[in-house]
Amino acid sequence: MSEFVAQLINLLASTLLILAFAMISQRRILSLIHLFTAQGATLVAATLVVGYATDQPHLYLSAGITLVVKVILIPLLLHRVINRLNVRWDIETLINIPTTMIIGIVLVIFAFDLALPISRLSASIARGTLGIALACVLLSFLMMITRAKAVPQVIGFLSMENGLFFAATSATYGMPMVVELGIALDVLVGILILGVFMFQIREQFDSLDISHLEKLKED
Amino acid sequence: MTGASVFLDPASWRHIDWVLLAVSAWLLIGVAGVFGLHRLALVARVLFPAGGACGLLLFGVALSAIVSAPEVAVLPLGLPGLPFHFRLDSLSAFFLMIIGGVAAGVSAFAAGYFRKGEGTPPGLLALEYHIFLASMTLVVLADDAYAFMVMWETMALSSFFLVTANHRIVEIQRAGYLYLLIAHVGALGILLCFGILQADTGDYTFANMRSQEILPARASIAFLLALFGFGAKAGIVPLHVWLPEAHPAAPSPVSALMSAVMLKTAVYGVLRVVFDLLGTQLWWWSLVLLAVGLSTALFGVVFAAVQVDMKRLLAYSSIENIGLLFTGVGLAVLFSTHGMHLMAALALTAVLYHAASHAFFKGLLFVGTGAVLHATLERNLGKLGGLIRYMPWVAWAMLIGVLASAGLPPFGGFVSEWLLLQSFLFSPDLPSSFLNMLIPVVAALIALVAALAGYTMVKFFGVIFLGQPREEKLAQAHDAGRWERVGMAWLVAGCIALGLFPVQFIALIDPVTQLLVGSGLARTVSGSGWLLAPVAIERASYGPAIFLLGVAASFALAFLLVRIFYHGRVRRSAPWDCGFPWQNARMQDTAEGFGQPIRQIFEPFFRWERELPTAFDAEPRYRVSVTDHFWHWLYLPLATVVERLARLIGLLQQGRIAVYLLYSFVTLITVLVVVEL
Repeated sequence: MSEFVAQLINLLASTLLILAFAMISQRRILSLIHLFTAQGATLVAATLVVGYATDQPHLYLSAGITLVVKVILIPLLLHRVINRLNVRWDIETLINIPTTMIIGIVLVIFAFDLALPISRLSASIARGTLGIALACVLLSFLMMITRAKAVPQVIGFLSMENGLFFAATSATYGMPMVVELGIALDVLVGILILGVFMFQIREQFDSLDISHLEKLKED
Repeated sequence: MTGASVFLDPASWRHIDWVLLAVSAWLLIGVAGVFGLHRLALVARVLFPAGGACGLLLFGVALSAIVSAPEVAVLPLGLPGLPFHFRLDSLSAFFLMIIGGVAAGVSAFAAGYFRKGEGTPPGLLALEYHIFLASMTLVVLADDAYAFMVMWETMALSSFFLVTANHRIVEIQRAGYLYLLIAHVGALGILLCFGILQADTGDYTFANMRSQEILPARASIAFLLALFGFGAKAGIVPLHVWLPEAHPAAPSPVSALMSAVMLKTAVYGVLRVVFDLLGTQLWWWSLVLLAVGLSTALFGVVFAAVQVDMKRLLAYSSIENIGLLFTGVGLAVLFSTHGMHLMAALALTAVLYHAASHAFFKGLLFVGTGAVLHATLERNLGKLGGLIRYMPWVAWAMLIGVLASAGLPPFGGFVSEWLLLQSFLFSPDLPSSFLNMLIPVVAALIALVAALAGYTMVKFFGVIFLGQPREEKLAQAHDAGRWERVGMAWLVAGCIALGLFPVQFIALIDPVTQLLVGSGLARTVSGSGWLLAPVAIERASYGPAIFLLGVAASFALAFLLVRIFYHGRVRRSAPWDCGFPWQNARMQDTAEGFGQPIRQIFEPFFRWERELPTAFDAEPRYRVSVTDHFWHWLYLPLATVVERLARLIGLLQQGRIAVYLLYSFVTLITVLVVVEL
């Protein structure tokens, strides 16, 4: 039984990683949002499985929060934003996608190497997945760096939070409830602010291309 | 007695409680100013006089505290577990006396001085002014580095806001910025000095610092840091550049307080660190102090002699006096390290005496310039003149301040400079032949400085008050108001009292020198009655009363002789017309003209530009500007270097979000790698 659960968790974790890579390589914003939603759903599933296997009822609650915030609310908000701003298509990246993927692979190796000594210390059944969680965080960070438009950067930021959440679940069966609620609220507030911010960029520069922000620099 | 009963019964209050009461009263007055922001009548007629009364209270308490045993108080203010320690000993009490005494006079003057339309509303000025006073008091009272630094910075900030009271004028903004910059660089020096003094114990109370035995090398670093830090506030060369900018920029009562009192807190700091917190002194420190002090004094007085702005002139004169004080401290260290404690006490007495008399006469002169400024709206000496006819009150008060400042008997300035020179005369007793040769040169330079100070003061008084008015509008100048007269009268009384009662005042200083160098002059001076003889009556003595009688008698004799031998008729005619009857005000000697010989003699001191009119100019103009070498030698190169470094750091700032994210990413990866290792 526990062997099966562990395999299931590993499967979900690798799905997360593949989704992270997919997000790096995806050019279209609409697909990015879909990928983000899928990542959120995978995260919910993983949290439920870990909660069931270890009999930690509070993980159900955090899975619920994740479902509401990251699978339903935020994708809805993002859809509205891109509809209003009319930026569904083509985004250009600062570094071309194959190079980004290679950097991503290096990051994954680094993350696994880093997580190895920590997972040995952990007693969690999901301990093998810590490396994957860390890799997700780093990959999302990479995505934030390489994207030139504001919306993908916001998605990268959110996906980074997903990775952190998964790391917490896999290493210590989730964070304390208060922290988790706080983070959920933070993410929501963050997305609202970033949404306003995006409208402002748009208004100022007639484009969501953040390279225009360079003009704000003081000489 | 514990708890509230102590505070309900004023009879049981110690001196320090009264001092803290005065400080709280000042703070309350300041807060009251916020509620009456634009109500000039309230601020001028109630708040400033009340602040002056607190100054008087402080003055009285401090006078009696000088001769009392040290008292401590711990206030649970500030950070948790880090209370403010205060301690009132003779040294603090002496400086509290200066603060209280000058604040009383200046506050009374300020009651008549501040008016609307000076940029900052009067109520806010009252707040800043009283916070300034309170913080200076607490600086002197502080007994741990934490309280000291907090108060020191409060003092710098409140005075910064006072300097920039008229903040819409660009030059005043610049002056304020320069002041704040140097004040903060200096504060860093002081902070580092305290860091060394606590000797890695982590305990920043002064009591702990006193008990530490520090290696000579570390002690020397601490000394140099203290000299730098306090020197920046005092205005020693080359950290003096803020002084001639900030003093003219500030409203006159503020300049008076800054020059008369705030500079003294820096002297207090040096004395506290060198003689109290550092257990031992090294003899070469005295050479540093002497060199710094002398160059400051000479530099200050030479620049004062060529100024044409009356407040700048006084600012440079303050630099000169600070130089004299530092020279005296150096001498005290020199004698003290050679075991000549009585001589050290003599030098230190001279320093403290001069600190007090400078506080009174410079306070008086600055408020006097304030009165002139309000009456004429002019600071430029070239546009003043003949004011003694229109402002007799101010003129006579200023005359006394000028005489004291020039070091003429029977006023306070003479006594202190005389004491300083006396202490030089004992230097042949020093065991080192090198010092024996050096010290007479120093004494000669001090005499030169004193003479030039006299020259400067003749120029200052003569150009403003004597001769013909150089502008027509000066005829409308009005004399000082009631409150202004009260304030000036109090400061004049201070100058006169310091001049007439040196024996009594030296007896008052005695506990301070006992505290610092373990010796005092009280016994020797009290033995000779009204005649002041600092060491032995055979060597030198001075009796102000006798001197005054002598001056009066010779004056009366001359007057009588002239009346008897001359025909007795009074003839009124234009003096100095040299046979050319059409004189006008433009033909008088000007400030530039009067300072010109000094400018020629000390030419290498200045960096000056001159435009001479040619014979064919339709509108001949003569223009000369004198600036400071240090700007070009030190400050401008320093500013360039800082700017270059800042530009290098500016390279980091690309303005691209991706680059900023990359910085975080690289940092994250680096931290992770470090964790892994």
